[in-house]
Amino acid sequence: MDTFTVRVDAAAFDAGQEIARLSADPGVGAVVSFVGVVRRHGDGDDIAALELEHYPGMTEKSLAAIVAEARQRWPLSAVLIHHRVGRLALGEPIVLVVTTSAHRAAAFAACEFLMDYLKTRAPFWKKEIGDDGRSHWVEAKASDEGAAGRWQ
Amino acid sequence: MKLNLLYFARLKDAFGRDSETLDSEATTVGALLAELRTRGDAWTEELAEGRVFRVALNQELVTPDAMLSAGDEVAIFPPVTGG
Repeated sequence: MDTFTVRVDAAAFDAGQEIARLSADPGVGAVVSFVGVVRRHGDGDDIAALELEHYPGMTEKSLAAIVAEARQRWPLSAVLIHHRVGRLALGEPIVLVVTTSAHRAAAFAACEFLMDYLKTRAPFWKKEIGDDGRSHWVEAKASDEGAAGRWQ
Repeated sequence: MKLNLLYFARLKDAFGRDSETLDSEATTVGALLAELRTRGDAWTEELAEGRVFRVALNQELVTPDAMLSAGDEVAIFPPVTGG
């Protein structure tokens, strides 16, 4: 079983199925998951969809490097990152991160670390599309840089 | 020497292209940026000193002092907004 996995894909994921799969390891005592979802209010207040662009090749490499860094910091049994690309409608899931470990502290910390680094290091860009079809690129937020900075 | 340039997200829209092959004498990323700035309009504006953008050389983030070699892939893009 591939226990450290990075997927960049237009396809949807089944978080429950992934969690069940990664919980099957008898050494695992803690499973933490995060799902990011397209929400109504972002830079604009009438978001109907997001368009997710990425840099094929560099995206997978940078996510693999972030996973490798998490494995050096915490005793993890498994990591899954599934980040979607393309057009995603309001309410659709964008990203899934699952971390497993023998105990909860490592799984919680690693999941948050992976999300903070993914937001500031992995080459993805969001475009917001409003109800009227008008679109604009989302600006990077200083708060995300700050969240990633606390791990240094 | 030939360089493969890539542009993403807002910069792709501003420059009106997502890639190009450029024959350049630039030996560093900084020199390449200076060359691109001389194109005027969006190039001069978006790549101006003090504007925030990122450069990846062969898919690794770099600073302007990074050295270029023939055939390198140089990507220029805005700060990332995934997750």
